[in-house]
Amino acid sequence: MRRAAGPTRFSRRAWTVLGIVILTLICALWIYPFLWLASASLKSPLEIFSKGLNLVPDALNWQNYQRAWGTAGFGIYLLNTALITVGTVALVIFHTSLSGYVLGRYDFIGRRFVIGVIVGTFVIPIGMGLIPVVDLTQRMGLLNSRIGVTLALAGSGHAAAILLYTGFFRQLPKELEEAAIIDGAGVFEVFRTIMLPLAGPVTATVAVLTFLAAWNSFLLPLVLTFGSPDKRTLAVGMLAFVGTNETDWPGMAAAAMIALLPVITFFFFVQRYFVEGVAGAVKS
Amino acid sequence: MRRFSEAPAARPLGKRLWGDRWIYLFLLPTTTFVAAYSVWPVLAGIYFSMLDWSGFEASGQFVGFENYRELWNDNLYRNALKNTFVFMVLAVPLRVALALFVALILNSALPFSRVFRTAIFLPVVSTAAILGVVMRFILDPTRGPVNLVLLQTGLIDQPVNFLGTTGLALYTAIVIWVWKWLGITLIYWMAALQTIPQDLYEAARIDGAGAWARFRDITFPLLMPFTIIITLITLVEATNVFDLLLTLTNGGPFYSSEVIDIFVYRQAFAANVPRLGYASAAALSFGVCIIGLALLNMIVRRGLRGRRSE
Repeated sequence: MRRAAGPTRFSRRAWTVLGIVILTLICALWIYPFLWLASASLKSPLEIFSKGLNLVPDALNWQNYQRAWGTAGFGIYLLNTALITVGTVALVIFHTSLSGYVLGRYDFIGRRFVIGVIVGTFVIPIGMGLIPVVDLTQRMGLLNSRIGVTLALAGSGHAAAILLYTGFFRQLPKELEEAAIIDGAGVFEVFRTIMLPLAGPVTATVAVLTFLAAWNSFLLPLVLTFGSPDKRTLAVGMLAFVGTNETDWPGMAAAAMIALLPVITFFFFVQRYFVEGVAGAVKS
Repeated sequence: MRRFSEAPAARPLGKRLWGDRWIYLFLLPTTTFVAAYSVWPVLAGIYFSMLDWSGFEASGQFVGFENYRELWNDNLYRNALKNTFVFMVLAVPLRVALALFVALILNSALPFSRVFRTAIFLPVVSTAAILGVVMRFILDPTRGPVNLVLLQTGLIDQPVNFLGTTGLALYTAIVIWVWKWLGITLIYWMAALQTIPQDLYEAARIDGAGAWARFRDITFPLLMPFTIIITLITLVEATNVFDLLLTLTNGGPFYSSEVIDIFVYRQAFAANVPRLGYASAAALSFGVCIIGLALLNMIVRRGLRGRRSE
């Protein structure tokens, strides 16, 4: 046993080193585009391609950001994206926690039917309902408005969030509400002051996943804001910018940075909830 | 108010519904959303698919299954179907296998594994539509860094137009899609790997099993059920490539990377004379395939769960 321990330990260390080398190479490939983008956003138009691989700009051209922010409208797009995302997250938490609560804790006529339909929405591809959603938004008079985009994003496909809440509320002890109700609190009061605070971790996961999905969404904001450029989101604005301005590469890089930085920063702070939420999907 | 444990249905139906009215009030926001943005769109989509409708007038002319018959003979629709199929068949196994490879390395208790995981996760949290544009810079045939490196190291003599060559654009898109989403699949695999008891490896090590033997005899068989689930999840996700492909290639050059979603978008929104009915028929006929796939997913999951609880 003792003799075997020597070579085993050595080969284990060799494996570790090999693993780190492979991972470092992979990570370099994964991070390089972001580093290149960050440096391109600060380069001059001439420098951006002439030195290709060089990541350090000769001088910091902050005017790229000024152009993207002002002339190209990415300041407005950032505001639109932020409003739509915050609105979507708030609406999704509101409606999925309410329905998850009653689905998880009470038996009532139609419960199985409601759950069946909600689970069914899992399998509907986005493209399939696209034209009717545009038609519906137009009929409501909300085409080319931030509210129209927010409602569409908050309204379609949140089965996972509802089921997360349902599962959580289901396993809470029964006695929790009873005392409060004997004290004369209303049902909604109990939900707001006792149940929702208890579900904090679920709310955090739902908020993070919804935030990322809403911020990164493209198809719905694209088709719902065709007629009104000032209501575009960052992703949609990027497409328009590329379409009309194929020469301003540093400006585009700055615009891409404005779009990506907030969501990447957000992710760094809430990594844990995101990873848990995604990992939960495969474990269950 | 009633819970699961109490015997239901002792009271008459009307009284029960009235007594539970607050429950339906709690459900109202969700049911309204689901009805408006999921159920109605599917029903309306079926109706729309039987219309000849440009969208300029309030409603179209009913033409029955004419749109479907036309789709059947439309070379561009078949081309988009073929591209979607090629995309799934190549990109899904690549993403699943590469993510497993990385997960296995990360799982062997390496230092900095959190840093590595976060790095691979960066593209996952980044907007797909923006990454499409960024990749157009990076792969630019004359001045992009990828071509510069390949030229400088002597791997190629001529710059390669990765996104502008008919035979290449779809495959480039597949590589970029795998790059973009690898981090999610990595998390799936790491969650799956954590379900394997560590003492199995210890026992095998004492028996003198090498790394490959341990993978073949322990890891691989125990991961089998997860392999099926992860592959099916990834297959369904692979139908959702619109954002990346529209900004990356816009389906081009010459429709060589046009998938179904881009075909639908082009017919419904990007054409001079939109064909909403025709686009609906294309979306619906493809959607039926996806729903079939998702149902298969559910059946397999249920089957696996049943086998495990036996």
